[in-house]
Amino acid sequence: MSIKKTSLNNLHIKYGAKLVEFAGYQMPIQYKDGIIQEHKYTRSHSGIFDVSHMGQLFISGSDDLAIDLEKIFPADLKKLKINQSKYSFLMNNKGGIQDDLIITKTSDGFLIILNAACKYNDYEVIKSKLDNQYKLNLDDSLSLIALQGPEAKNVLNKVIPGCDSLKFMNGNNYVYKNEKVYITRSGYTGEDGFEISIKHSDVETFVESLIENGSKLIGLGARDTLRMEAGLCLYGNDLDNDTSPIEANLKWAIPKSRIETEFVGSEVLKNQFQSGVKKLRVGIKPDSKVIARGNTKIYNDKNQEIGKVTSGTFGPSVEHPIAMGYVDNSYSTVNTKIFLEVRGKKIPANICNLPFYKKNYVKGEINV
Amino acid sequence: MSEVKYSKEHEWIKLDGDEATIGITKHATEMLGDIVFAELPEKGSNVDKDGTAGVVESTKAASDVYTPVSGEVIDTNQMIVDDPSKINEDPEESAWFFKLKIKDKSEMDSLMSKEEYEKFAKETSA
Repeated sequence: MSIKKTSLNNLHIKYGAKLVEFAGYQMPIQYKDGIIQEHKYTRSHSGIFDVSHMGQLFISGSDDLAIDLEKIFPADLKKLKINQSKYSFLMNNKGGIQDDLIITKTSDGFLIILNAACKYNDYEVIKSKLDNQYKLNLDDSLSLIALQGPEAKNVLNKVIPGCDSLKFMNGNNYVYKNEKVYITRSGYTGEDGFEISIKHSDVETFVESLIENGSKLIGLGARDTLRMEAGLCLYGNDLDNDTSPIEANLKWAIPKSRIETEFVGSEVLKNQFQSGVKKLRVGIKPDSKVIARGNTKIYNDKNQEIGKVTSGTFGPSVEHPIAMGYVDNSYSTVNTKIFLEVRGKKIPANICNLPFYKKNYVKGEINV
Repeated sequence: MSEVKYSKEHEWIKLDGDEATIGITKHATEMLGDIVFAELPEKGSNVDKDGTAGVVESTKAASDVYTPVSGEVIDTNQMIVDDPSKINEDPEESAWFFKLKIKDKSEMDSLMSKEEYEKFAKETSA
């Protein structure tokens, strides 16, 4: 399979991107400024992320769609208002996560944003579970741009007036160059921000105008350090087919009203809600400057293996190494002393609260 | 005049009598990106040619630092441990890694000159 390019490929090259292959796409890992400067610019001003490799799945059909989607996803979709978004999961029968995603109710159905590496599989799974009764469109005619940071609202408002009135986890239709764009207030950095779904033919001009208004392109490298500081999961690292949302400490994303109802994986989840889980995702802060990356083994003070790091890096804003991983539930309490095996040495660390960096979202509803 | 040579693992080595100063090249720092962690060998320890003698980590990944020659570690640069970003700023001067009392000067013979290294770096990064 040949490597795909997003509509911003030329722009990435123009702004000095180092390109890497990610989920079958040629994507910018960083630009000229480098990961730390890009990370800090997003936290202090605003950053533009090309996330066009992600899947934009539109589902439409009869009024029963919400009922049928609730048989798949553990979200309150029947109660969702038009333009409202929820974070949810596509699970397997064992309660393992096949993908984590954002579902938004649109005027004629639902829009689901899928991870790039999972999108084709998700499409097939969802299609077969819906028994081909609905129209599914994994739309490849649209780019997806995230604009994140404290200045995001001011920058975007200059290019598309009115979007600053959006509430967090809500979306709406806007017009850019006489074409419809769909904007949601959401993101993956721990900052206020937006995701803009826009036609390929308009995306380059759109991004250039964001840059003219003071924003900068940010690569996948800083996207990863930003989301780790915000305590957010990366599918494939922190979430996988063998891990449930309860184990991933994402219980908050499953509304109480859905626990007793049926959806894919509901039996396992119901059981875990009642009896608890063996492993739990936690935040980890090493005592020293040593960085523990994914797959680092975690030990207790008796030298017994109790878990594994799933993501770890140096946090440019917290100015310290940070990590997250899974430990035996009895070691998941904050301030528990653990040891990380890095290059043969046992490095002391503590279980800590997530996020590492305090969130700065514009709240429209309180459910987190 | 002191002699500077380069290894295929992107270290530079400057020889002054039997004392060698070792660091990583500017090209290496450009490939690594922002360096956020450095670990150095212990003073007084002995390191063997092409063996591991430290670690650097960028925001992206960890990389071993190798020693291009054998010898006893007589000094290490605490400045780069305290502030690893200095390695990006001045890799071939103030941000050296460690100094060795070298055992066998002939180990320098297999290393590259500046011109050879620049050609090597260009070819391998293309």
